Amino acid sequence: MKILVVDDESDMQTLFEQRFRKEIKTGEMSFVFANSGNEALEYLNHQNPASPTERHEFVLILSDINMPGMSGLELLQRIKQKYLAPPPIVMMITAYGDDYNYQQAMSLGADDFLTKPIDFPSLKEKLKTK
Amino acid sequence: MTAEAFISFFILIYIYKILRANDPESIWKRVIQIVMFAIVCLFVVDIIFHIGLVTRWIWHALLIGIITTIFLQKKFYVTRTLLFAVLPYAVISLLSDILDALNHEKYKLIENYFDTAITFSIVWMIAMYFLSRKQQKALLKEKEKTQQEEAQRKWIAAKNDELEKIVDERTTELRREKEEAEKTLNELKSTQAQLVQSEKMASLGELTAGIAHEIQNPLNFVNNFSEVNTDLIDEMKEAIDKGNMDEVKEIANDIRDNQQKINHHGKRADAIVKGMLQHSRTNSGQKEPTDINALADEYLRLSYHGLRAKDKSFNATMKTDFDESLSAGKGGIGKINVVAQDIGRVLLNLFNNAFYAIKPPNLLKGENYEPTVWVSTKSIHSPSGVSSVLIIVRDNGSGIPKEIINKIFNPFFTTKPTGEGTGLGLSMSYDIIKVHGGTLEVTTEEGEFTEFKISLPV
Repeated sequence: MKILVVDDESDMQTLFEQRFRKEIKTGEMSFVFANSGNEALEYLNHQNPASPTERHEFVLILSDINMPGMSGLELLQRIKQKYLAPPPIVMMITAYGDDYNYQQAMSLGADDFLTKPIDFPSLKEKLKTK
Repeated sequence: MTAEAFISFFILIYIYKILRANDPESIWKRVIQIVMFAIVCLFVVDIIFHIGLVTRWIWHALLIGIITTIFLQKKFYVTRTLLFAVLPYAVISLLSDILDALNHEKYKLIENYFDTAITFSIVWMIAMYFLSRKQQKALLKEKEKTQQEEAQRKWIAAKNDELEKIVDERTTELRREKEEAEKTLNELKSTQAQLVQSEKMASLGELTAGIAHEIQNPLNFVNNFSEVNTDLIDEMKEAIDKGNMDEVKEIANDIRDNQQKINHHGKRADAIVKGMLQHSRTNSGQKEPTDINALADEYLRLSYHGLRAKDKSFNATMKTDFDESLSAGKGGIGKINVVAQDIGRVLLNLFNNAFYAIKPPNLLKGENYEPTVWVSTKSIHSPSGVSSVLIIVRDNGSGIPKEIINKIFNPFFTTKPTGEGTGLGLSMSYDIIKVHGGTLEVTTEEGEFTEFKISLPV
């Protein structure tokens, strides 16, 4: 299972690597990290959709708004509408858990909408069952 | 001879008149009345009984007595001219009677001389009377003049008093007005201080949401990493049980790294809280070496999240272009000496304004409008060797109309609805930059963009 995590906080990478320590070790999950929307799109553009090993099944967009260049919602829109067919599952994990943001994310095609702080056990559960 | 009786009588009338005019309360008035009454009685008795031989001595005594009294009494000083008029007659007449009484025969021989002398003395008396009258008139005139002058002086004095009173009133009024003005000035000063403080508190209010968001991230990391560490310790125990020492070491290293992360993010939250406290502090702080890039970035985020918390639909692109030589440890100018919370306040103001300007609905902009705020820093080395730092805050919002461009730095000038803006943001920013020896300039085009340029000397 290939997962792309997008956040401008670099420590998020360390946190994920530790939280998913066992899964990474067993090869059940592999993570790629992007610091910005543009970097995330780079990853997605260079992968080969035909090759299942390269394909990102999940995109976790953690930084919904405050990323240099492109907001999280914009990235979501681009992933879902313009870039990939079939698009990966995109989960928004946001600091702004308000209704407007939720509606906005859902209308742009988000598959799930979680709020910070991240509940890792339940995130793990969701990734495994989807 | 009864001339003495008439003369005495007239003298007394004269004195009586003077007394009545000058000293109505004097007891002499009563005395004179009694004497006059006595004269009239004696006169009548003299005429009826023909006792001229006896009464003539009484008349002489009376006249001499009156003259002496006038001469001795200071009260009758004014009537002394009378003495000169009456004295020759009184003396000659008395002398003539005495001589006649002593030796009638011999007296007869010189009687003619005495008659002549008496005639002269009577003429003298009449002449003196007219002279005295003339003098009296002159005196009266003089007195009237003096009285007039006195009246005039009194009138002037009264006027003076009146004027003085008016001046006093004016002075009191002026003093009161001055005190009132001073009071108003003091009130204005304290109001100004309050306004400056309320502007700080207002911007702090705007900051709070941003700060809450900014603190939330490091706090999440603190919580997450400590949870991870708890799990890792369990895993470590398992590894020890298994005797897999390589894994134990690996886990221990991870725990150590995580502890550092926890510490790092704790400090980050701490710095944000400290910054917030600094922002609300009344006294301006000391200049300290400051990473302008970090400061600009921090306040850009705070401003954005502050607005975002108020208006959930708000979205904006932020673009930063920092001159890395201004950050610590990268050579070049490096950190610059400024009062960080003051410059932070200026930046916060400019960012808030920029976000306000790009806030939808923006009728001037089309479909593809992408609301954006730029912030860039730049170090400038002039040929003269004076270095400065530029901070540019730009937005592609509504711009500032030409009509008000000259007013934007004025205190209390605001385009926001009543109650939303204090109108002190830019004026305070201008003052802060001026205190730092720098300049704050604006370029704008209505409907296109606004750019504020801060130049700080290094």
